[in-house]
Amino acid sequence: MLRYVALRLLYMVPVLLVLSFVLFAFLRALPGGPAIALLGERATERDLEVLEQRFGLDRPVHEQYFGYMRNLARGDLGVSIRTRRPVREELLDRFPATVELSIGAILVAVLVGVPLGFAAAKRYQGAIDQSSLVASLIGISFPVFFLALLLKYVFAVRLGWLPTIGRIDVRMLTAEHPTGFYLLDGIVTRDWDAFVSAAKHLVLPAIALGTIPLAIITRITRGATLDVVSEDYVRTARAKGLVSSVVNRRHILRNAMLPVVTIVGLQVGLLLTGAILTETVFSWPGMGSWILEAIRFRDYAVLQGGILFFVLVVVLVNLLVDISYAFLNPRIRYR
Amino acid sequence: MTSPGSAAATDRTALLSVRDLEVRFVTRRATIHAVNGISFDLDPGATLGIVGESGCGKSVSSLAMLGILPQPAGRVKAGQVLLDGRDLVGLSEHDLRQVRGGEIAMIFQDPMTSLNPVLTIGRQITEALRAHLDMDKRAAAEEAVALLDRVGIPDARRRLSDYPHQFSGGMRQRVMIAMAISCRPKVLIADEPTTALDVTIQAQILDLLRTLVDSEGMALILITHDLGVVAGVCERTHVMYAGRFVETGPTTELFARPKHPYTLGLLKSVPRLDERHHRRLEPIGGAPRDMRELPTGCAFAPRCTYATQASWEVLPLLEPTAGGDHRVACHNPVPDAELVAAGLGLGPDADGDAEDDDQWRP
Ligand SMILES: Nc1ncnc2c1ncn2[C@@H]1O[C@H](COP(=O)(O)OP(=O)(O)OP(=O)(O)O)[C@@H](O)[C@H]1O
Ligand SMILES: [Mg+2]
Repeated sequence: MLRYVALRLLYMVPVLLVLSFVLFAFLRALPGGPAIALLGERATERDLEVLEQRFGLDRPVHEQYFGYMRNLARGDLGVSIRTRRPVREELLDRFPATVELSIGAILVAVLVGVPLGFAAAKRYQGAIDQSSLVASLIGISFPVFFLALLLKYVFAVRLGWLPTIGRIDVRMLTAEHPTGFYLLDGIVTRDWDAFVSAAKHLVLPAIALGTIPLAIITRITRGATLDVVSEDYVRTARAKGLVSSVVNRRHILRNAMLPVVTIVGLQVGLLLTGAILTETVFSWPGMGSWILEAIRFRDYAVLQGGILFFVLVVVLVNLLVDISYAFLNPRIRYR
Repeated sequence: MTSPGSAAATDRTALLSVRDLEVRFVTRRATIHAVNGISFDLDPGATLGIVGESGCGKSVSSLAMLGILPQPAGRVKAGQVLLDGRDLVGLSEHDLRQVRGGEIAMIFQDPMTSLNPVLTIGRQITEALRAHLDMDKRAAAEEAVALLDRVGIPDARRRLSDYPHQFSGGMRQRVMIAMAISCRPKVLIADEPTTALDVTIQAQILDLLRTLVDSEGMALILITHDLGVVAGVCERTHVMYAGRFVETGPTTELFARPKHPYTLGLLKSVPRLDERHHRRLEPIGGAPRDMRELPTGCAFAPRCTYATQASWEVLPLLEPTAGGDHRVACHNPVPDAELVAAGLGLGPDADGDAEDDDQWRP
């Protein structure tokens, strides 16, 4: 197992190297550049040159690349052209917000999707099954962006049940944030008002972002459960005289969860993409909105650092999923 | 002795008494008449073989007895399953749970798929124990070790934490057996316990079953499509065709003087171990009955060389033959002369006791 993990981590190195190069070249091949984006249409040639020189953008691309990689090796991600802050610092600011949002979305998807899919399978072709089918079709085909706006309009603007934007009440922004995960911070500092406020802010974005994975997980759970209920070992479990709740949980659900775990892993990449849209709608100060801003300003350092980090996270999460899969499924042994 | 059919008098003594059991599968597209009125009695410690080809309703009968028919299509249409005089049909789920595994336990055909792949076998045995006996975790684990030991799994204590895929097919079937006998059931139903195993392992598993049934005093229902398997194990044999018993009787008698053409066909298709009879194996011609509609006459008529007009029109019922306890449902039972010609029956070994029938074993 350790060997397997080490190998997987090792494989990441070439992947990230190639990706960093492609990313670097691609960004510079795009028309326009940070100088013009920052200074606007009416900037003079002279102004642009000065700025480019300041950030070393006038040097040949390969030189820039090696310079960037040298710094990267030391953990230096460069400086944002727009804010002049080190990218690393901004990343550490933004990252917890996106993680919190993503975890919220996954919780919504799993905690609702698994029981729903299971119930649908147990009452195959019954009312729950049919309506969950329709609901998940809608869920999958609804654009995240539109759903986010709709949720915000109905529940925040119209009904006023939940806040419209941000991660926490502005008055609590100054509260202590030792971890950067606001829910966790609330617990750690025993500031329950902050905790409640952060939770309320999280609800709508998490639902918006979690809807597509929810729909997918519901369908996968349903299909897997239908497969498992007719397995011989379920009949064995019944023949043993086990209570049906034990048969359901220990024998059916546990086996039906295997494909679901894989799907959750695959969802993470999509989730981060969806986060960009969701964060924009809810002004969620996470990596999504950060990267979106960076695209507008051709903020090379932020884009490179942010996207590489995204990829790193997706790869690591998938590794984690594979490891946990091995724990759930004893037939899998990594070497 | 057990006695089938006119058993009103023996009802009181039988441990398990099945009366006119009928099972249907009702789906939108068709109704399948899987079991069409079977009756038998089983005394404590008795051994009964149920034999018939694939699809004749053997498994469905036993699932119906335990109330675990595949849902939602499967249902018991009629009949009773009396265990110690209590009817299991229509019993509450709660009461049925006590019966399953506790009083009637079951072993299934395919040991490769009958164990849960994600739970250790220790877990799977102890959960059976703890469902029926008031045992704490440790006591259950100790008992599981003892059980695995009993069914011949070496190094039992260590293997408790292994998963099914770490066992061979034969070993898994031993685990299944350990699980089934764990709560000392009164009846053990073994549904084709050796079909999925290779020949040498088959013999070992049958030996194990025989030994356990003897030592535990359990009654055994051994289901198989292979007459050779029942020969060495079961005192009585019931031959099933299209959801009905077509011939029932003591195993030796049935082997010596098969009366139903179907039984004869089955016997002819079993390889014998003794070299005296060099016969060609003859499979039974024709396909099994389509169970979507019940025939008016004998279900076997389309495949039967003895069939007459009556076979097609009148349903034959189980009637006693000259052999007393031997019954057959046939308008034109096989004449004795045929048996001799077939190299079967009435031979020197025909009236031996059950042990002598070992020659039939696989
Ligand atoms: N879930 C089900 N739905 C519909 N029909 C079924 C179902 N299960 C079994 N049957 C039907 O019931 C009949 C009896 O099946 P059963 O499994 O008892 O056969 P069997 O005698 O055990 O055969 P085998 O030797 O193949 O195990 C078959 O015709 C089968 O098609
Ligand atoms: Mg069967």
